[in-house]
Parts: sequence; structure tokens; C-alpha cells
Amino acid sequence: MSELVYKGKGVIVHIKGPVVEAEGMRGAKIREVVYVGEERLIGEIVRIEGDKAVIQVYEPTGGVKAGEPVERTGEPLSAELGPGLLGQVLDGLGRPLEIIAEKAGGPFITRGIKAPTLPRDRKWQWTPEVKPGDDVIAGDVLGTVPEGSIVHKVMLPPTVEKARVVEVLPEGDYTIEDPVVVVEHIGGKEEIKMYHKWPVRTPRPFREKLAPVELLVTGQRVIDTFFPIVKGGTSAVPGGFGTGKTVTLHQISKWADADVVVYVGCGERGNEMTDLLHTFPKLVDPKSGRPLLERSVLIANTSNMPVPAREASIFMGITYAEYYRDMGLHVVLTADSTSRWAEALRELSSRLEEIPSERGYPAYLPDYIASFYERAGRIKVQGRREELGSVAVIGAVSPSGGDLNEPVTQHTMRFVGAFWALDKDLAFKRHFPSINWLRSFSKYVGGLRDWWIDNTGHDMMAYRDKAMALLQRASSLEEVARVVGEAALSDENRLVLLSAELIKEGFLVQNAFHEVDTYCSPKKQALLLKTLLEFYDRARPMIDAGVPISRIAEMKSLGLLRRLKFVPEEEFENAVREAVSQLEAEISSLLAEVR
Amino acid sequence: MSVYGLTYKGIDQVKGPLVIMRGVPGAAYEEVVRIYSEDGREWFGQVLEAGRDKVVIQVLGDTEGLDSNAMVKFTGSTLKIPVSDEMLGRVFNGAGEPIDGGPKIRADDFRDINGAPINPAKRDYPDEFIETGISAIDGMLSLIRGQKLPIFSESGLPHNEVAAQVARQAVVPGKAERFSIVFAAVGLKYDDVLFFRRQFEEFGALSRSVLFLNLANDPVIERITTPRVALTAAEYLAFDLGMDVLVIITDMTNYCEALRELSSAREEVPSRKGYPGYMYSDLASIYERAGRIIGRPGSITFMPILTMPGGDLTHPIPDLTGYITEGQIFLDLDLHNRGIYPPINVLPSLSRLMKDGIGPGKTREDHKEVSDQLYAAYSQGTKARELVQIVGEAGLSPREKLYLEFARRFEREFVAQGFRERRSIEETLDIAWDILSILPEAELTRISEKTLNKFHPKRRVAAKAEGE
Repeated sequence: MSELVYKGKGVIVHIKGPVVEAEGMRGAKIREVVYVGEERLIGEIVRIEGDKAVIQVYEPTGGVKAGEPVERTGEPLSAELGPGLLGQVLDGLGRPLEIIAEKAGGPFITRGIKAPTLPRDRKWQWTPEVKPGDDVIAGDVLGTVPEGSIVHKVMLPPTVEKARVVEVLPEGDYTIEDPVVVVEHIGGKEEIKMYHKWPVRTPRPFREKLAPVELLVTGQRVIDTFFPIVKGGTSAVPGGFGTGKTVTLHQISKWADADVVVYVGCGERGNEMTDLLHTFPKLVDPKSGRPLLERSVLIANTSNMPVPAREASIFMGITYAEYYRDMGLHVVLTADSTSRWAEALRELSSRLEEIPSERGYPAYLPDYIASFYERAGRIKVQGRREELGSVAVIGAVSPSGGDLNEPVTQHTMRFVGAFWALDKDLAFKRHFPSINWLRSFSKYVGGLRDWWIDNTGHDMMAYRDKAMALLQRASSLEEVARVVGEAALSDENRLVLLSAELIKEGFLVQNAFHEVDTYCSPKKQALLLKTLLEFYDRARPMIDAGVPISRIAEMKSLGLLRRLKFVPEEEFENAVREAVSQLEAEISSLLAEVR
Repeated sequence: MSVYGLTYKGIDQVKGPLVIMRGVPGAAYEEVVRIYSEDGREWFGQVLEAGRDKVVIQVLGDTEGLDSNAMVKFTGSTLKIPVSDEMLGRVFNGAGEPIDGGPKIRADDFRDINGAPINPAKRDYPDEFIETGISAIDGMLSLIRGQKLPIFSESGLPHNEVAAQVARQAVVPGKAERFSIVFAAVGLKYDDVLFFRRQFEEFGALSRSVLFLNLANDPVIERITTPRVALTAAEYLAFDLGMDVLVIITDMTNYCEALRELSSAREEVPSRKGYPGYMYSDLASIYERAGRIIGRPGSITFMPILTMPGGDLTHPIPDLTGYITEGQIFLDLDLHNRGIYPPINVLPSLSRLMKDGIGPGKTREDHKEVSDQLYAAYSQGTKARELVQIVGEAGLSPREKLYLEFARRFEREFVAQGFRERRSIEETLDIAWDILSILPEAELTRISEKTLNKFHPKRRVAAKAEGE
């Protein structure tokens, strides 16, 4: 965020961690941004008592004294929206980390640094779309500039309801501070720049919310096939530590077929952000052929950075996502982790001495969670365009003690469309992604049958049902085997276990760090699952014919089937044919043996 | 308005470790104060709440003997310690003062013990393998230079031995420089401290170590500062002097207990099991100081030790720690009781940074696949072992019996090794292949055909025979 204008001064009377009280603040507004103390630390007003304001400060307050000044700005915490967001790495307040490092003169983050999100000196190649005399309404495209892998639409900001264009700068290179368009409306003339500010806690307007129906392809088999998420949908990923939340989110940020990805690292590890910063510039977006970083906005507010800024970072991120959505783009926002965000809320609530509800969380926790997930959706954009945009929101949840009954998980579950429950036992076995197929859900499954048929030619949802039935049957057989031993089961039941194992190893387990396996296209997913499912049907006659299960389990072609997923896309169909013919050959020779 | 350098007489209230004063406008938040009693005793304190009308000071050390006539001097500065290369070879208390009878160190600089967060954009991603010589760690939970990897243990388990063995044996292959060691004891018994000291002495590391000791009978409140003081020293050695520093802090459970005690004295709203709601962020401000920085040669590799109360992995202390650290090494009572040293249970253990620190050019090309296969097979083996409890060994299928045998050999030959035994990564992986080869090849699903051809002992024999 950039420096704001002076509105008046108060005086600090009390400091307790990130909570500061100031007097002489009459007229201040809730959520107004203030600068605290001699070092002008960024803060936000959270409570007003007469002349006194309670401020939450976004930077460490060590060394701040009573008597120091508080400057008001008159504006709420806002995001800068305009070209130059993509490819940025920002902190929770929207300050570019590179500029922070420059201003701090070293690798450690110091206090009181002001750094605008968008570069002021960079020039953008402006192409106007309107001419003087045109009538425009909020959301209408005034012109475009190329940005990274997208065409950035400069729109009439939502704050200007309708206006008439009076001046337009001709095609050329301009900075974001140049008034590219001047409009006239009821309030007089107004200069429109390529960027504007928007309060992060206010959802951006749109014309209409639509039902989400299109699969968001993530290339992760267990997600796309079993627990899919759609463009504009919501999903939560709960799991204890070590179950693979972060890897799952990183995978989605890398491979999801979105135009723009916003990744919010909220209260998590510093090295995880570094990992993203190292891999994103190297990875190539399959759609545009350009580095993934060019379609991404990364927000890093790691666990050791100030807690109040962690609370703000999620809203900052969703505001960026909505902004690109308004251009008619498909956006994915991933947040790791919403639990740390809720904990930041708890910490602030406790410092404000509010009465706690469950486990110390404030009573308004569910409203807060809802206010975040409800900003997802597939919408008709503002303005006179017939364009659709979407924001899908995927939030990691870090339940304390891995207990899914804790408040953040429970409240999140009510507001999301898909729920990917990560499982410690699977993670211990290095079965990744450790999404438990019995405890996860997706409400979007029903609406996606046609999508699969149209896009892959396979009735994937029918395969899914069949695979789920097999997995469920195997799960109850495993319960029995746990008591009596696998040897005591009938060969027929053991074939069910073997076939389910094949689905698990050959389909559900996906290696995020394997060159080929890291991404699996919907077409490959469909053919792979179909092939693996047929194993049971092909092997079943052998059991009836009296071939012992141990011989079936030893078949070499089983190994081929298990490793089919590692075969690159272009050789895949051949590999499937080969594996199946070898399987058939082995089956007929085993059958011949028993006869 | 500032009270810098001013001395006030008289305290209004003493409540546990908290001193409350009124009418001291202008005290700074987190400022250090010194308190002197009339009989000449001295205390250190820090401002917890700075108000125009009321100042709350947290006193380090026991408040016994404090009286309402005490003098309180405001220093105008937050808690800082002197740092220089003279720290090496020295012993300090939890406030950073020398306790080995030697002189005060000549300061090169004074550093705030809370440090400042490393800018995520300036972190260098840790991807260099550290060979600890311990198979379970090197093979399956590789430690990476700049990683924070805690040991989750229980009372009575040999976590001190494991940490000492790592400190003794750790090298980055290809680098001549040994690790400098920053060791912090938080609420430890004297014999434990003595053990580490003797170990460092024995392998000649004392001159490249800095020790910070807060013993069990030292002030509880200093347990809050001990890890921070130690990490401040480590940051200086690593990022100013360019050393590779291994930080061992034990026992973080005592730290968390102290945090809880303090929080309750401050009458804060407790979260789970009475621990404060900000414990996650507080622990993160400690653990996240590990790492590497772009353009600077040194590193902080961090191995905190914590004992899980009741061996419970879901207890808030291990739970919050696991969410912050890059994995964990889990010591297991059951393995210990069966005489296996080090008693590392690899299944609940994890090294998050392993994937980028191993493989061709770093360890060996088969490392990742072998490790994955060991996990999968050992997990099958433990499942078979559970089954034996119910149906007896006779009730197992031949496949299950094989896995049972695998688990036994894995524990006895791969995990178990001597306290003074150092295995190279090649030796570790060769032992792994030896044990894996008792399984049929069709079971080795996590290993590619190419790797099997090159490393599977049976195929190597076959290839050799063919060659002749």
C-alpha cells in the first residue's frame, strides 16, 4: 500500500503488543488506516470509545512510547489494483518484498517501511477502447495493456456509476499515474488512471452470481476425478502437519487451468514461500507458454511476520483475485493456512479483551470464515459486457492435533463445496496426496458428468462410482482382515483387495515430484482409471476357474498397470494397449494351466 | 517525554514475575529496565505494557526480596546482547552473561534478542544434504543445510545421544568446514548439560561451540530469553561471520511451560491446555530464525529437542512445533524398549526439505525411490506385526510373513547402529537394498525399472554373470 494523506493527529496513551490506544482521535472511523508513533508504523482502528481509539498495529511495536503521535489517513485498508500486480511477491499489506529489502538495506524486515504495491515508473503499452463522447458505466473497458500472460483491462472503477468520456490519451506508453481517460459525471470531471484503490474488506461488485458448472482441472487425479472443484467453487484442505497440505496447494497453484493464480502464504513457513519463489519462475504455464510467475500474485506473510498483517493478508489476496475476475478471467486463490488466519483473529480478539467463545476463538469466527469463502464464485462481470469471470477459493486448514472437530475446520466445512480430508495414516505410508476417499466430499460431482463426456469422451463419473464402490468394499474387507488375517479371506474377496490396491497405487497415489506424474490430463485420467477398473472384470473368471490368488498377484502385467501413470501423455495409449495385451496373455496362460 | 535514563523510586504492585508501576509516562514497550532493591540486589526486567497511567514490567529472575521501595531504572533500549567471535568456546546464562568465570566479551555489535523476520524473498532455498552418518536420518529423513528439524521424544529416551551424535558426525559432503555449534539448555538438569559438554569436549568441538545454560533451578522466566539469546548469537556467527551453525536447543517443552506460566501470571485468555493462544506465533518467531540467506555464505541448521508430554503427538507443544518446523524426527519408546538405538520411528517422522537435497549429484540417484519403498514396505511390515498379535504368526499369508521379516531386519540392520558408528550415505543405501531384496520384485512398486536394473542386488549379480 502507498502512503496516504494527512488527516489529523492523536496521541498514544497505552501500548500492549500490537494493540495501541490513542487519544485525540475524535472523528476517526472504524477500519481507518493510521500511522503510529515516530516511526509511523502502519495500523488500523478497530475500536472507538469517545475520543479514544484502539488501534491494531501491523508491525512490531517494541520501543514505542506513550506520548508519541498517531496520524490519521481517513481511508480504510485498501489494495492497489492495476497493471503490475502479476509476478509480484508481496507481504500481507501489499508491499513488494523486494522493495522492502531494498529500503531495509538487508535481508531482515525492519519497521516503518512504506512501499507502494505497483511500480510507478514502469510504462505500459496503452490501447484505448473508448473515444470522447462515449457513455460508460462502472466496469466498462476503457482500454487495455498487455500484462504478463494476459490482456489487462483498464475498467471504469466501481466507484463511478456512469459517466461520459471527455478525453482519452492516444495509443502509447504510459505509467499508471498518467490520467489515460478523463470522464465527466454528475460530480464534475474525474481523471481515470490505470489503477485505483479498493478497500480490502469490501467485496467488489458484479452483475450476477451464477452456478459454477465447469471443472477446474488441477491435473491431480484424486481431486479431478473423485473430489473435483469447479471454476468459482470453494474447497478446504484440512490435515495435520506432514499430511501434505502445502504440497497439494502448490500443485494446484502450478497446474490449475486458471488465467491468474493468487497464492496467499499466511502464517506458514518461510522456506515454503522460498520454494515457490524458486520454482515459479522456472515452471512454464502450459496455456501461454510463459513462466508461471507471470500469471501469479504471491502474498507471503510467514509465521514469524507480524500477526495482524496475517489477518489482513487474506483479504488483500481475495481483493486482487476479484479484480482479475472482473476482467472476465478465471482466477484461483489458494490460502495456506486459514487456521493461522483464524488464530491471528483469536490473538487480536484476546488482546482486545473480548469474551471468547469455543477454544478461545471470538464468537464471530464463523462470520469471518463465511465472509472469505463467500467472495468466491462464478459471476457476470460489471459493465456492458457479456463476460463471465470466476474466483475459486481453496483454503488449507491446520486443525490442532489433527482433530477435525475443532472450530475452524467445523465452520469451514459448512461454507465449502469440496472437502479434501488429508489422512495421517496414508501420509505415514507415503500415500500422497493423502486425501482420504472415505471422508472427503465434493458437492460438484453431480454437475460434471457432461463436462467429462464432452471433454474426454468418457463417462468418467460412472467410472468414479464404480471405483468408489470397489474402494468401499475393500475398506470393509480390510476391517475383517485386520481381525482374521488376509489369508483367512476367500480368494474372491482377496481379488477385491488386490484390485482396490491397484486403484490406490496406480491411480490415487500421485508423485508431485515426478516429471511425468506431477500432472495428469483429464483424458489420461479417464483412460487410466478405465483400464485399471477392467482388471477386476478380467481377473474375476480366473477365480471361478480356480486359479489361486497368489498366482494372480504375481502376474508381471500387474506391475505394468501400476506404473502406467508414469508413461508420458503421448506414449500413453500405446502403453495401455501393450499392458492390456500382456495381461490378457498372462491370464490365458494361467487359465490354460488350471484346465 | 522520554524516561530514558530516568530512575524512579517505588513500585506499586508485585504479582508473580510482574511489577506494576503508575505515573511513569513515556516508558517504551519492550524496553529493558533494571530494578535495585534497598539492600543492593539487582533485577532485569522488560516493559510488557507501556501506558501513560500504568506500566507493567516483566521481571527476569526470581522476584523474592523485591520491595516497594525498589528503584527502577529505564534504559531506553530493548533487550540486546553483545556479539563477537569471542563467544566461541564460552558459556553464558540465559540472559547472555558469561558464567564460565572468563572476562566479558568485547562486543562487535549489540543485537536485539528478538531478531527481525528474514524477508522471504531474501531466503535461499536449503538444498544441500548434510551427512549425519545415521542411516535412519540420512536415508529417510535427510537433514538439509539450513533446515529446522526437531527431535520429538519422551522422557527417558536417548534424544541427547542422538543430538550429540548428529553434532559430532554432521558434515556437508565436499565441504571441509565443520559445523559450529550453538547449544542452549532450557530448564535442563545439570547431568544432561554435563553430558553435552563432555561430548563436545571429547570430539574437540568445544572451541567452536557457544553454550547458553538455563538449568532446572535457574529462573523460569529466563527460559523465555534463552533460545532467543542463543539464536541471536547463531545469527551473528552464521550471517555476519559466514559460519555453518548447528543450533541444538533442549528442551523446548520447558520453554513452552514457562510461556504458559507467564501467560497465566498476565491473566491472559488461555487456549488449548492452558497454553496461550499466541504460542504458535511465539514458537515461529524462534524456529523461523533458521535458514539461509541469498548472498551470505553461512547457515543456521536448527535441531530443537522436545519431550512430548505423555508421548502424545497431538499435545499442543509437538503439534504446533510440527506445523512450523520442516519435519520431525520421532523417537519411539517401543523401539527403545526393544534395545534399538537410535530408536527412530520413521513412519511418523518426516523431512520436508529432503526432496530437493538428495538425488544425483547430491547423494545417489536411487535415494528417493529407495526411501519411498522403505516407507511403504515398513508400513506393511508393522501392519503385519499388528496382525500377529491377533491371529498369531501362523495365520499370516506368505506375503505378510515376508513383510514381517522385512520389518524385523529393517529395524535391526538399517535403523539400529552404534552411538559411535558413522555410515556413509552409500553404505546406508546399500544396507537398504540388501533388506529390500528379500521382497519379490513385483512388490517394489515405488522403484522404477531403470533403478532396479542398476541397483537391485539380484539384477546386479545377473548382469555381472551375463557380462562374463
